[in-house]
Amino acid sequence: MSLTYIDAIQQAQGRALRENPNVFIYGQDVAEFGGAFKATKGLVENFPDRVINAPISEDAMIGLAVGAAIEGMRPIVEMQFADFSSIAFNQIVNQAATSFYRTGIPIPMVVRLPSGGTPGSGPFHSQSMETLYAHYPGTVVLTPATVNDAYFMLLDGIDCDDPVLFCEHKFLYRWLKAEKLTEERLPIGTARVAREGKHASVATYSAMVHEAVRAAEILSEEDGYEIEIVDLRSVKPLDADTVVASVARTGRFLALGEAYPWGGVTAELCAIVAQECFHLLDAPPRRMNSKDTPVPYHPNLWKSHRPTADRVADALRELIRF
Amino acid sequence: MVPADSTFQKPSSGSPTDAFLAYRFMVLSRVLENRIASLYRAGKIVGGVYLGIGQEALSASVGTLLGKGDVFAPLIRDMAGRLAFGESPLDALRTYLGSRKGPMRGRDGNIHRGRPASGMPAMISHLGGMIAVVNGMLFARRLRGWNDSVGATCIGDGGTSTGAFHEALNQAAIEKLPLVMVVANNRYAYSTSNDRQFACQDLLSRAEGYGIAGHAAQGNSLLSCFETMKHAVAAAREGGGPQLVVANLLRLCGHGEHDDASYVADDDKTSVLNRDCLEVAREEMLAEGRTEADLKAVQSAAREVVDQATAQAQQEPEPDPYADDWRATKSEFQAHPSS
Ligand SMILES: Cc1ncc(C[n+]2csc(CCOP(=O)(O)OP(=O)(O)O)c2C)c(N)n1
Repeated sequence: MSLTYIDAIQQAQGRALRENPNVFIYGQDVAEFGGAFKATKGLVENFPDRVINAPISEDAMIGLAVGAAIEGMRPIVEMQFADFSSIAFNQIVNQAATSFYRTGIPIPMVVRLPSGGTPGSGPFHSQSMETLYAHYPGTVVLTPATVNDAYFMLLDGIDCDDPVLFCEHKFLYRWLKAEKLTEERLPIGTARVAREGKHASVATYSAMVHEAVRAAEILSEEDGYEIEIVDLRSVKPLDADTVVASVARTGRFLALGEAYPWGGVTAELCAIVAQECFHLLDAPPRRMNSKDTPVPYHPNLWKSHRPTADRVADALRELIRF
Repeated sequence: MVPADSTFQKPSSGSPTDAFLAYRFMVLSRVLENRIASLYRAGKIVGGVYLGIGQEALSASVGTLLGKGDVFAPLIRDMAGRLAFGESPLDALRTYLGSRKGPMRGRDGNIHRGRPASGMPAMISHLGGMIAVVNGMLFARRLRGWNDSVGATCIGDGGTSTGAFHEALNQAAIEKLPLVMVVANNRYAYSTSNDRQFACQDLLSRAEGYGIAGHAAQGNSLLSCFETMKHAVAAAREGGGPQLVVANLLRLCGHGEHDDASYVADDDKTSVLNRDCLEVAREEMLAEGRTEADLKAVQSAAREVVDQATAQAQQEPEPDPYADDWRATKSEFQAHPSS
C-alpha cells in the first residue's frame, strides 16, 4: 500500500488531532468536504468540533488562530491556495511573527500553504510564498520535498512553538508516492543530502528537489558528471552548514528555486556561499528561478516558466565547464 | 475554569453595577494622560503619544464592566479602559518611558503594550487587526468548555473602513462569539471626517448587515455609556452573540500630541458633544448622590498613584542591547545564518 504526499499531510493532521486536544483545523471547506485538495478528508468525522469551516476571510482566519494560540491552542489553518495568504499577510507578519519578541507569548500556529505551480493553475493559484514569509523575523518556513518529510515535518510544525508556514507543493500532492513512512526524521532546520556527487552542488527545496535529481541523472548518464543535491527541507531556519560543507566537496554551486527570481531563497543561498566559500569556489555561484513574470496558465508556457530538469542540467553543464 | 494567570487581577471584586467605579478610572486616566503629555513635552518619551481625552466615559465603561476571565483588546484611545480592566498606571508609564521592567521591555512602546496571558493582547498598529484575535481567544475558550468569557475590543470610525474590521465582525457573527465591538465615532480619523470614511447614515446600521445586535450610546455621558455597555456585555455573556456598540463623541485633543487638530469643524466645536465627558460625569455623579468630597478624594487618589508610578518608572533601568537575547522565535534554532 503506497502513500502519497497528500495522504501524509492528511494522516499527520489526523494524528495531531488524536494526540493533542489543543489542535484544531480551521479553513475554507475543510470539514465535510475535506478541503479543496482533500487534505483534511474524513477528519471531521472523528473530530467534529475541531475541524471547522471558515468564512472566506483569510485575515480573520489567521487573526483567530493567533488569538487561539495565545490561549494555548495549536491551530492549523489551511489556506485554499498559498496565493490567498496575501490577504492575511498582515496577521502573519505583524501579529503572529512579532508576538514572541514583543510580548514573550509564542504563537504555535501552522499555516498550511498549498504552494507552487501545476499545469493550468495560472497566476493566482501557483505562487510560492516562502521567500516573503521567511523575510520576517519570528517565522518558521518549512518546504518538504518527500512524503516522509510531509508527514513528520507537519507533525514537527504542529509541535513547534512558533508560527510555521508549511509550504506543501500541489504538484507533489498525488505525483509523489512512498511505499511507507521510514523512521528518518530530521529536526527542523537540518538539510539532507539527497544525492551525493563531486562535480557541483545544488541546493534546493520542495518540488525542485525532484527536478534537480532528474537533472543529476541526465548529467550522470550523458556527461559523466556527479551532482550533489542538498534538500534544504526548511528555508527558515536555513541550514547553511550543510550547504557550505557540500560546496567544500564540489567547488561549484547552483541555488535552485521555483519562486520568482528577485531576492529570495536562492539569492540568500548565493550570498551565503559567496561569503563563506569564496576560497573554495571554482566558478561563481549561480542561481536559477522561475521567470520574472506572473505564472502563466497554459502548460506550454508554464513548462518554460519554471526551472525544469533539462534547464537545470544545462545550467550545471555551464557551471562545471566554466 | 479559567486558569488564574489568564486575566488581570481586577482591583474590584464582583460584577460592578455602579458607574462611580468607572468614574474613578476616567479620572485616573485623565491625570495619567496629562502626565504623559507633559513628559512628552519635556522630551522624556521615545516615540509618539496618543491620548484619549474626551473618550474616557466610553472607554472606562468597557473596562469596568469586564471581569476576571474576560478579554480586552484596547485601541489607541483606551487608557481609561485599560486601567479599568486592571492594567497598572505603572505598566503604562514604563512602556512610554522605555523601562526594561515594563511588559514590553523596551521592545515595543506607548499604546502597543499588553499582557496577552492576562487577557489583554498587545495591539499592533494595523487598525482592525485585533478584532479577529479576540475572536480567536473567545473561540479557544469555548472549545475548551469555558463559556463565561466575554471579549471586548474598540475601534474608531476610521478603523471601521478596514477589511479586517468587516472580516472579523462577520466571523464573530457566524460563530456567535461573545464579542463586544465598541466603536468610538469621534468624527475624525486623524484629519479625515466621517463623510470620507463611510456612506451609511449611522455606523450602527452595520449591526443589521452582520445580523448582530446594535446599541447606541451618547459618548460623553458616563451614565449613557455605562448603561449601554452593561446591556451589551450582559447580552454577550448570556449567549446573545456579538454586540456592536456605537458611541458618538469627540476627541478633545489632536490625533497625537504632535497634532493641533486644526481640521475640526466649527459645527463640532459648538456641538453638545464638545462638552468634556469628565465634566458631564461629575454632574451625573453629583446628581446620583455623590458629594463634592467624594469626587475630590477620587482626584487626589489618582494624583498620588500617578506620582508614585512616575517616580518608580523613571528610576527603572532602560533596556540594554547587550542584555537583550535578540531572539524572535521561542525555538532555539538560529533562524538566519548571518544573525
Ligand atoms: C491599517 C492602518 N492604516 C493606517 C494607520 C495609521 N493611522 C493610525 S490611527 C489613524 C486614524 C484612526 O482613526 P479612527 O479609527 O477614527 O480612530 P481615532 O484616531 O479617531 O480614535 C490612522 C490613519 C493604521 N494605524 N492602520
